Amino acid sequence: MKKVVINGDFAASYGALSAEVKFIAAYPITPQTLVVEKLSELVSDGELKASFVKVESEHSAMAACMGAEAAGVRSFTATSSQGLLLMSEVLHWSARARLPIVMSNVNRAVGPGWSIWADDTDSISQRDTGWMQVYVENNQEVYDAILMGYKISEDPGILLPTMVNLDAFFLSHTSEIVEMIDTEDVRKFLPPYDPKYKLDVNDPHAFGALTSPEYYYEFTVKIHKAMIKAKRKIQEVGKEFGDKFGRYYDMTEAYKTEDADIILVTHGTIAGTAKETVDRLRAEGKKVGNLKIRYLRPFPDEQVYEHLKNAKKIVVVDRSISYGKEGAFYSETKASLFDYNLFVPTYGMIAGLGGRDVSIQTIREIVKTAEDNEPNKIFFIGEKK
Amino acid sequence: MNQEKKKLTITIPEEEIMQAGHLACQGCGAAIAMRYALKALGKDIILDFPACCWSVIDGPFPYSATQVPLFHTAFETAAAVASGITNGIQAIGNDHTTVMAWAGDGGTFDIGIQALSGAAERNDNLIYTVYDNEAYMNTGIQRSSATPHGAWTTTTPVKHFKKGEKKDIDSILVAHGIPYLATTSIAYAEDMVKKYKRAKEIRGTKFMHVFAPCPTGWKSDPAMTVKLAKLAVETGVFPLYEVVNGKYKLSIKPKELKPVEEYLKLQGRFKHLQKDDIDYIQKKVIEKWEILLKKVEMFGE
Amino acid sequence: MDKEKKYEFNKTEEYPKMVVSFGSTLTNKTASWRTFKPVINEDKCIGCGICWKFCPEPAITPTNPPKIIYDYCKGCGICIVECPVNAIDKVDEKR
Repeated sequence: MKKVVINGDFAASYGALSAEVKFIAAYPITPQTLVVEKLSELVSDGELKASFVKVESEHSAMAACMGAEAAGVRSFTATSSQGLLLMSEVLHWSARARLPIVMSNVNRAVGPGWSIWADDTDSISQRDTGWMQVYVENNQEVYDAILMGYKISEDPGILLPTMVNLDAFFLSHTSEIVEMIDTEDVRKFLPPYDPKYKLDVNDPHAFGALTSPEYYYEFTVKIHKAMIKAKRKIQEVGKEFGDKFGRYYDMTEAYKTEDADIILVTHGTIAGTAKETVDRLRAEGKKVGNLKIRYLRPFPDEQVYEHLKNAKKIVVVDRSISYGKEGAFYSETKASLFDYNLFVPTYGMIAGLGGRDVSIQTIREIVKTAEDNEPNKIFFIGEKK
Repeated sequence: MNQEKKKLTITIPEEEIMQAGHLACQGCGAAIAMRYALKALGKDIILDFPACCWSVIDGPFPYSATQVPLFHTAFETAAAVASGITNGIQAIGNDHTTVMAWAGDGGTFDIGIQALSGAAERNDNLIYTVYDNEAYMNTGIQRSSATPHGAWTTTTPVKHFKKGEKKDIDSILVAHGIPYLATTSIAYAEDMVKKYKRAKEIRGTKFMHVFAPCPTGWKSDPAMTVKLAKLAVETGVFPLYEVVNGKYKLSIKPKELKPVEEYLKLQGRFKHLQKDDIDYIQKKVIEKWEILLKKVEMFGE
Repeated sequence: MDKEKKYEFNKTEEYPKMVVSFGSTLTNKTASWRTFKPVINEDKCIGCGICWKFCPEPAITPTNPPKIIYDYCKGCGICIVECPVNAIDKVDEKR
């Protein structure tokens, strides 16, 4: 173990380094640029023995990763915002091709107007591509989620790619202490990538051929089943990681929810702020808790229900909105509860759009809004009214 | 039966890598092109196809005609995927396997040109083949930027046939400074095999422009596919040449170019053309031919 | 490897994870596409190999004289046009 003080982008780069990726293709976009800069340095210094192709677009970055990964070569890329949107087509393609690529995506707003600040619209809009999506809270989790991401994605029973989402600037450009794991120890945790089928001249197969209605349906079902299976895998790998390295992860993280009347449901950096606010509110005598959701896909329905079932009010915070409806995490959470016939007052809180700060004060306002209003609708927190 | 009878005259490698039963239309030039390319390149090869006729020709799941490792990919990604494969396998120590992107003219001249330009600029070690049938044939004969002046397509109907020239993709690729470019034709099998074998030996980006007539899209008799490909060369419509490290070299130099009308009249896609249209096409063909001869002279060996 | 082996997947569990091909297109006999068939007149054949060379399928054997593999010949007629000694006849398919 080695402790370093690095920003979130570097944590992503070091995650790829520790995972000993053999192939990188990337295109620069703010605020992801530090990822590609650090990786360029690591590769050119020979610290990371990998091929790094500086492609001419994000679309080609993912396409090149598909080619390498299909040839059995562990691949990594990083992007953000418009870049992720440009990749959209090949996000679907890479997932349907069952290529366990891992990518870090810096959550950034989409234009117009130009905004380089934190907002989840980019990754949320790619929810249905077949990529697993994990949202992280701090730089340590960026690094850890990449290592665990490969382990989960490359599992022969899963074979789906992982997108590690970190908030623009709040993580990407903010330095924190990160504990790096020694390569030898990573190797014991993450074995080399060796898929059953790959582009191999000694065992030639065609991948992705024309598929008639007679066959297409079942391939789609298989992806869904793999995604469902991944829930268990994420938990197992999170536990194994904890046993080995001391940091445990699950699909969700409950904080003081057991006896809480009001439970906040948050993700990303907002979860950290929410936990801090929970402590302060509890000191003031309010029974508030926080449920951090790590995975949007697959979605932890069971855990969401388990942690929320005794709450009197459920308050979901989204840093994006599906125009004409509500925030995605709000929709997903409600759907999970509905599946369990749990009807509790819920509130959808839209906060922090386009990088607007979500402070302790903002979380206090969110809780107060839930206390003072009728439920089952959305509220814009921090809007200039 | 005379047991002393000679063996069949074989002028290209005998082994068939591409298998029959594929889904190409009758008399498909693109099928012939693949057959020759694989003969030349052998089995130590990985292919990738973007959306194109070959996405269908190769056969539906769970079958494949090419019988070599092959990755089907999205329309604009042929070159990028090939870059990933070639750099990926190199990173794990494989520097012998040939990697070839195999795309149609739409996937190359139009939607795939960005990724192709990227790969060519980086000089990634791959062969990029465009099998050029001069329109989006797989989607039903829509014009591409490879469609020549005068041609009918479903999006350039007879009354508004394609105006404007075919994009000069070869000059664009030459301008990237790649080590090897060749134009080839399915009517010249030996020449094509020779060029693919040469491409296989060169490191860097190799661009192969294969002229592949399409009876379905050209409204021509399937039996005339090879004839048409030959006429394209003989009339100067599609000259055969190589560009090695910037140096142009003609592969076939007809003593005298045949009138372009001989080529045009065999194709339904040109049957609406009037005499002055044909004269115009003739004029442009000669102009371009002379420019090519000048390049050979200026930049030749 | 049996290039004409057929592969069937009847249940989701039997499918591979990704769309990956196993067999060859030789399972697909394209003879039914023909409206006429080329017939080699072996007496006229000079063994030049041109018909074999230009066949898009390929459905002509590299033997002297060459044989047309009628299971796969789609009847495009290229061999008929390209034969330098007109040794290949165009014969209507009777069904």
